[in-house]
Amino acid sequence: MNDWSRIAPQLAEATGDTLYMVGVSTVLTVLIGVPLGVLLTITAPGALSPRPLLHRVLGLVVNLGRSLPFIILLVLVAPVTRGIVGTTIGSTATIVPLTIGAVPFLARLVETSLREVNPGKVEATLSMGARRRDVVRTVLLPEALPSLVAGVTVTVVALISYSAMAGAIGGGGLGDFAIRYGYQQFRTDITVITVVLLLVVVQLLQWAGDRWARRLAHV
Amino acid sequence: MIELTDVRKVFPARRGATEVTAVDGVTLSVADGEFAGVVGPSGSGKSTLARMVNLLERPTSGRVVVDGRVLTDLDDDGVRQARRTVGMVFQHFNLLDSRTAAGNVEHPLELAGVGRAERRARVADLLDLVGLGDRHASRPAQLSGGQKQRVAIARALAARPKVLLCDEATSALDPASTAGVLDLLRQVRAELGLTVLLITHEMAVVRAVCDSAVLLDHGRVVDGGPLAEVLTRPDSALAAQLLPAPAVAGATGDLVRVTVTGSAPEGVVLRTLAGELGLDVEIVGGSVETVAGRRFGRLLLSVTGDDGRLDPALQRLRDGGSLVERALPGDEPVPVDLAEPEPAPGADGDEPAFARLLDSPDVQR
Repeated sequence: MNDWSRIAPQLAEATGDTLYMVGVSTVLTVLIGVPLGVLLTITAPGALSPRPLLHRVLGLVVNLGRSLPFIILLVLVAPVTRGIVGTTIGSTATIVPLTIGAVPFLARLVETSLREVNPGKVEATLSMGARRRDVVRTVLLPEALPSLVAGVTVTVVALISYSAMAGAIGGGGLGDFAIRYGYQQFRTDITVITVVLLLVVVQLLQWAGDRWARRLAHV
Repeated sequence: MIELTDVRKVFPARRGATEVTAVDGVTLSVADGEFAGVVGPSGSGKSTLARMVNLLERPTSGRVVVDGRVLTDLDDDGVRQARRTVGMVFQHFNLLDSRTAAGNVEHPLELAGVGRAERRARVADLLDLVGLGDRHASRPAQLSGGQKQRVAIARALAARPKVLLCDEATSALDPASTAGVLDLLRQVRAELGLTVLLITHEMAVVRAVCDSAVLLDHGRVVDGGPLAEVLTRPDSALAAQLLPAPAVAGATGDLVRVTVTGSAPEGVVLRTLAGELGLDVEIVGGSVETVAGRRFGRLLLSVTGDDGRLDPALQRLRDGGSLVERALPGDEPVPVDLAEPEPAPGADGDEPAFARLLDSPDVQR
């Protein structure tokens, strides 16, 4: 049991891997998911820029991505991952399936947030002679910001749990660590430590996200 | 300044709803600097009509001309430019919660590409104008309903419009705030030489501020004109709304309606009927109000003891310039004031009507 001096650095490294995977995929997910959510919202019938066909196609793609179990998605997108990263193993390779898995999730959350913006505000802005992109930029996104921050927080937490799963197929990180040391070597203490670490990370993120969202809300 | 010619708006049939003709061939003209009202019961199409003036709702047919520009002939870009000459104020304010009062007023200036320094100066002037010079940093949530509407008016005036559209602008306010906002509207109209088109279901608002008004029902104009003229017409449906004179319970005898104006006061009528003819005359309904600085009224008299002299007496009074006529019990229309303000019109606008599918009631906070 006094092998902690050997395990601790590895645990720290695994934690770093998890934060790296989740961090980069969060940035990518926001960069892709928010515009996708905006597009889903404004192309809806009766919305700012109705494009019924595009709306239906986007909705279908997003639903497909959301209905696929993440572990299946991991395997399915392996060729894509190899194409982009060059390998399917390691933390960097895991970022591809993580992002692909989280984008539809965030896009739906963004859509829900934006739809809650009072249409009267959009109308008032249009009456000022605003272009549609002005409405998105100056009304929809700023007015929905607290709700968007909450949505991103939920997505980050989901990404942490996805990243643990990605560890199982060689992604590295805390999930991988827990399986290799805790499960396969029957070290329940290591499993518990990993779970506690994950719990702390999730709690911290949720707390920070909630705080930020509350600060932004001026209602 | 505003010319609507045979404007129609038909909302196509949707699942569970048949086709709705919200506005059915309205022709309306508002002169430069005029304060015009559009009144009507709930569902009469008055909000849709207002929204067609700046093409938030594109008319199904007809012509909309504002400040000499034929809006219905413009493309989307042209419409956007033209909208800057028309400020709009809404029932539920529609301020952005993410911005301060100053930020909300600044919004249209940003959209118009006005430089920062000029924006700041203009925002300060506008907030001073509406009496909120000390509330620059306040969020909408920290303002009362009346203050929110003042910010909304400042915002509507920011781009120096020539026309101000007020869609039920006072309907969500308490009486004191309503009076304050109406005073402000009168003041800015006078100071800035604006043309104002005010949509309301509150007759008191029309009496307080309008020079002219039209009465809308089922999407059609049923009556209208300068108030000073409308109120001298005994058969005017709009006058009956502005000065309702429903009979109180227990009115018996012959009913006589008297239209009171400066040149046709009621004294001579009462003197003739009660004094000369010696009939029993009771006032069983009526309103007398100051409109456009003059006294106008409609009275319903109950006359008992008529022995055949009433009709000749009324004829004599009419010949003498009095506005009197026989009335029937129950022929006085129900005042539309009592109706609720109409809900937001149906979706399916050609352009905006953003996500109207989601009915988000915007309660006053």
